[in-house]
Amino acid sequence: MKEAHHKADEKTYKFGMVIDLDKCTGCGACMVACMAENNLPFRKDNSDRLRSNLWMRVYKISNGRSFPDLDISFIPRPCQHCEGHGHHAATPCVSVCPATATDYSHETGIVSQVYTRCFGCRYCMAACPYHVRVFNWWDPTWPKGMSKYLNPDVSVRMRGVVEKCSFCYHRYQRAKNKAYAEERRELHEDEYQTACTQACPAGAITFGDLKNPEHKVYKLKKSPYAFRLLEKLGTNPKIYYVSTRDWVRKAGDVYLGKEGKDVTHA
Amino acid sequence: MSTTEEKEQAVAENEQAKGGDEQAAEVAPVKPGTWRFLIPIAAFALGFMSHFSLGWVILPPILYAEKQQPIDFSHKLHVDEVGDCEGCHYFREDGSFSGIPELENCAECHEEAMGEDPEEAKLITEYIEPGKEIPWLIYARQPQCVFFSHAAHVKMGEMDCAICHGPIGDSDHVRPYQYNRLTKYSRDIWGWNIAGLSKNGWDYLKQADNSGEIKIEHAARMKMDDCAECHMEKRGTHDACFVCHK
Ligand code: HEC
Ligand code: HEC
Ligand code: HEC
Ligand code: HEC
Ligand code: HEC
Repeated sequence: MKEAHHKADEKTYKFGMVIDLDKCTGCGACMVACMAENNLPFRKDNSDRLRSNLWMRVYKISNGRSFPDLDISFIPRPCQHCEGHGHHAATPCVSVCPATATDYSHETGIVSQVYTRCFGCRYCMAACPYHVRVFNWWDPTWPKGMSKYLNPDVSVRMRGVVEKCSFCYHRYQRAKNKAYAEERRELHEDEYQTACTQACPAGAITFGDLKNPEHKVYKLKKSPYAFRLLEKLGTNPKIYYVSTRDWVRKAGDVYLGKEGKDVTHA
Repeated sequence: MSTTEEKEQAVAENEQAKGGDEQAAEVAPVKPGTWRFLIPIAAFALGFMSHFSLGWVILPPILYAEKQQPIDFSHKLHVDEVGDCEGCHYFREDGSFSGIPELENCAECHEEAMGEDPEEAKLITEYIEPGKEIPWLIYARQPQCVFFSHAAHVKMGEMDCAICHGPIGDSDHVRPYQYNRLTKYSRDIWGWNIAGLSKNGWDYLKQADNSGEIKIEHAARMKMDDCAECHMEKRGTHDACFVCHK
């Protein structure tokens, strides 16, 4: 049954992102867009990182030098939608979930999270090397009247479950629904784009089908400056980062000192 | 009555019984109390029947509450008037399904009463005149986490509405809306049948096609298992959760 996940003749995608770190200014528009799009609740002081839940988080890293040589970079980090190699259970979170609340779709390459199935054991959070998963310690609340502006396409999560970035999967559903109504199956590149991609004022994020030579991401990910986070773990993530700065690329794999001097990236 | 007499009688009986015992042992190897094996069986049957009826007869009415639709709407009458389903249930330009028509649609014809029907009078005085939307109860309403696409099934799958909804389109009256008291979900998406003992909704239609008449009164079940079963059958896929969930 597992093999029958998708028909051979059915169109499959491998959605992913290429994020140009040299363009990212760290403005945080992607985080805000993501929260609004995906019904993420917020607190009075959302800068408290232990208590705030974000699906898209922008990290700031620095090369650790002092003034004239100081350089910083921002790393926007959505869910990496790890494919693993070969067997589908190689996605770290999927392989540990005791409830099948999260699974890997071979149709889209997206790692799902079904909140009503999750019972909050948080194994997946421990398994995720990227810290993309967050836990709802409280039921969500919004300032008075704001709950009327929630996105009806995204279900609201309750206390006690884990959630994470879904690549705005509901936008894919909506795009397909429209395509079906027009009696076609194929989606154009611009019909399905994530909220963060569209919100980025610097145009640093590009989203599309990594397998499709006509999509922008296909070429961008082949840049010699492209890398992925913690690539050596073999998680095979679908978020590619691009930076011409050597130290940024190295930080992406968390090199310690001399480690990785002779490692080359594909 | 004398108690001594009784006692004597009891003793005598006792002795008789003992004697009988010895006799029986001599005559045939049948031991008394062989029938005792029936006790656990009877106890099991009794327990089974009482729990069975508890689960099938007593609990469902406790678990499910019933509500009436705000207005007794006749599909049969209106389909004849409007001509087809699309007059009221249509696809919008963005591919979304319009669902149950808004009051505006009813007001097109019912601005003023056309007949004597008290339901029509109610429609006009309670809803059309104050401009209040009718709070229809939706039998097929899915939980918030479920994504459903009418376009996929009706346009691409070319499926008939009755396959999933049952024969609502030809009904004269609305049926009561039943919902689970705990989850508040409509019974249609959760439990007309227990353990799938009767067949799925789309099978009813097949039966109806053969006999030329739709026999079932209840709409189809639209449980996750029902969706998945047809998807397996028609699409040959064991779908990822994110096909139907959001
Ligand atoms: C195309 C015109 C048309 C539209 C649109 C329409 N109706 Fe009617 N409706 C009629 C006619 C004609 C009758 C029959 C009147 C009579 O002679 O009693 C009727 C009768 C009724 C009755 C009383 C008879 C019965 O048992 O159903 C109700 C209640 C009713 N309509 C509700 C509605 C509602 C609710 C809507 C909006 C969803 C609606 N109608 C939309 C034409 C229409
Ligand atoms: C005059 C407008 C009108 C027309 C024409 C019409 N409907 Fe309806 N439909 C309604 C209204 C109003 C309701 C809500 C009341 C109810 O549930 O019966 C409804 C409800 C439904 C529902 C129930 C959805 C749910 O789960 O609660 C189904 C199914 C349905 N219609 C199918 C059809 C089909 C099939 C046709 C064509 C044969 C059709 N309708 C034609 C107005 C219409
Ligand atoms: C594959 C099964 C299926 C088919 C075929 C189908 N429906 Fe539905 N319908 C559903 C489900 C499931 C829902 C509930 C959707 C939800 O809650 O998100 C629904 C909801 C509805 C509603 C209420 C929606 C609302 O939000 O107001 C109406 C009206 C309706 N359907 C009419 C129709 C009509 C008319 C057709 C035929 C053209 C049809 N359906 C075909 C499964 C189906
Ligand atoms: C009677 C069979 C049948 C039932 C019942 C059914 N489906 Fe489907 N569904 C199909 C078929 C066939 C398709 C594919 C249509 C196409 O693309 O040609 C489909 C497609 C879909 C799609 C679009 C999938 C995609 O790849 O884009 C969704 C979402 C879906 N169904 C959800 C549901 C849900 C939720 C239910 C239960 C409430 C359900 N279906 C019940 C037959 C069914
Ligand atoms: C073919 C469509 C379909 C697929 C695929 C699907 N579901 Fe569902 N699911 C539904 C429908 C429809 C419901 C609502 C009706 C019900 O509760 O049975 C539902 C309900 C649920 C519920 C209960 C929600 C509630 O609020 O009560 C959970 C939990 C759930 N699904 C988990 C999953 C998981 C986990 C997967 C992937 C392994 C999955 N589903 C795949 C259609 C689907």
